[in-house]
Amino acid sequence: MSTVKLTVNGKAVAVDVEDRTLLVHVLRDHLNLTGTHVGCDTSQCGACVVHVDGRAVKSCTMLAGQADGASITTIEGIAKGDELHPMQAAFRDNHGLQCGYCTPGMIMSAIDIVHRHGGQLDEATVRSELEGNICRCTGYHNIVKAVLDAAGRMKVSQAAE
Amino acid sequence: MYQTTYHRASSVDEAASLFGKSSEAKFLAGGQTLLPVMKQRLASPSDVIDLGKIKELQGVELSGDTLTIKAATTYYDIMTNADVKKAIPAIAHLTSVLGDPAVRYRGTIGGSIANNDPAADFPAALLALGATVKTNKRSISADDFFKGLFTTALEDGEIITAVSFPVPAKAGYEKMRHPASRFALTGVFVAQTKSGEVRVAATGASQSGVMRVPAIEAALKANWSPSAIDGVSISANGLLADIHGTAEYRANLVKVMAQRAVAAAG
Repeated sequence: MSTVKLTVNGKAVAVDVEDRTLLVHVLRDHLNLTGTHVGCDTSQCGACVVHVDGRAVKSCTMLAGQADGASITTIEGIAKGDELHPMQAAFRDNHGLQCGYCTPGMIMSAIDIVHRHGGQLDEATVRSELEGNICRCTGYHNIVKAVLDAAGRMKVSQAAE
Repeated sequence: MYQTTYHRASSVDEAASLFGKSSEAKFLAGGQTLLPVMKQRLASPSDVIDLGKIKELQGVELSGDTLTIKAATTYYDIMTNADVKKAIPAIAHLTSVLGDPAVRYRGTIGGSIANNDPAADFPAALLALGATVKTNKRSISADDFFKGLFTTALEDGEIITAVSFPVPAKAGYEKMRHPASRFALTGVFVAQTKSGEVRVAATGASQSGVMRVPAIEAALKANWSPSAIDGVSISANGLLADIHGTAEYRANLVKVMAQRAVAAAG
C-alpha cells in the first residue's frame, strides 16, 4: 500500500491504495468520480481519458503511483457551476452523443486537441486526432462537428477572459 | 494485475540500485506496453521502477551532426521538439504516426526500443540511421542492439539513458498502419548518410523483428529515387504472416513503403 497525493479538479486528495491500482480506479472507486469510464481497459477506446498535468492521457494505462503529485482534471471538473464547458455545450447542441459512454473521454481528448491546435483545426485534423477515442453509436460525424464548433467557442471565451 | 511494488526513482543510479535489491523488477517508463501486459497477467514483476520522472532522462540535444534524444522523452515531446523537426524531420513524422495522441503523451523512445516489439516504429529509425544506444554502462550500436523478437542486447538491470542519431543527408519513414492497434503492419525507414551510405530498415515485416533490407539499399545507393526500387524483389521467406496480411503481402509492403519513404525524404 502507498499513499498517493493528487490534486483532482482543484481539490487536494490523498488516497491509500495498493501499488497495482490504476489511476482510473482511484478516480472511480476511491473518489467516486464515475464520469471517467472504463471501456476496453486495453488503452484502445479512450473512454478513460483524463488530463494529467494538462495532458490528455488514458487513465486505465497509468498507475496511481505514476500520478503521485500530479494535477488531474476529470469530466466532473470542467464545467463552471451550472455553466457547461464550451466543449460540453457543443456536444449537446450538435447531438454529439447517443448512449454517452464514450463522451467523457471524447470531451477530455477534444479539449486537449483544441488546446494543442488552437485556431488551426479543420475536419481532417479532428478526425485524425480523435483516433484514440472510439464511439460505437454516432458514426463520429456529430462529434467532429461538435469539436469544430467548440473550437470556435473556446477561442471566443478565451478572448473574453 | 498481480500485486507489485511501485518505486519512483529520482536518478539513474537510484533506479539501478533499486533493481539490484528486487527479486524480479521491471523498469517502467511511459508504461504504454508494460502496463497492458501486466494487466493481462502476462508479466508479473515483483517491483516496477518508474524512470519517467528522472530529469537526466528527459530532453533532446542537437550538437553538430548528432541529435541525442534522452530515453524517457515522450513521443509527444519528440514530435514537437524544434531540434528534432530541424535535424531529422523523419523522426518527428514517425512519432506523429505512432499510437494515438494519448499514448504519445506517455510512451517513450527508451521504452519502445527496450521492448523491441517486432512491429514498433522506433527500432526501424535507429537501425536505418545507424544510431547509438547509450546505457548506464556502455554504448551499443543499433546494429548490435536489436536481437530479435522482444530481445535486445541489454543486460539485466541495464538502463537506456539516451539514443544518439547521426544527422543524415536525407531520411524518410512510411508505414501501413494497422487501423486498430496503430502498430506498423509494415513500416520502412530509409536514410542516406552525409557520406552517401544508404541504410534501409523495415519493421512489422520479419519474424525476427526489425531488419535491414540490403536489396533496396543497393538499388537506392545506385539511384536515390522511388523508381529505383521498381525492379527489386523482396522474398517472403521469414516474413510475418497473420490474419492481417500474408508474408507475400508484407514483402510487397516493404517495397511500397520504401518507395513512399524515399519520396517523402526527397
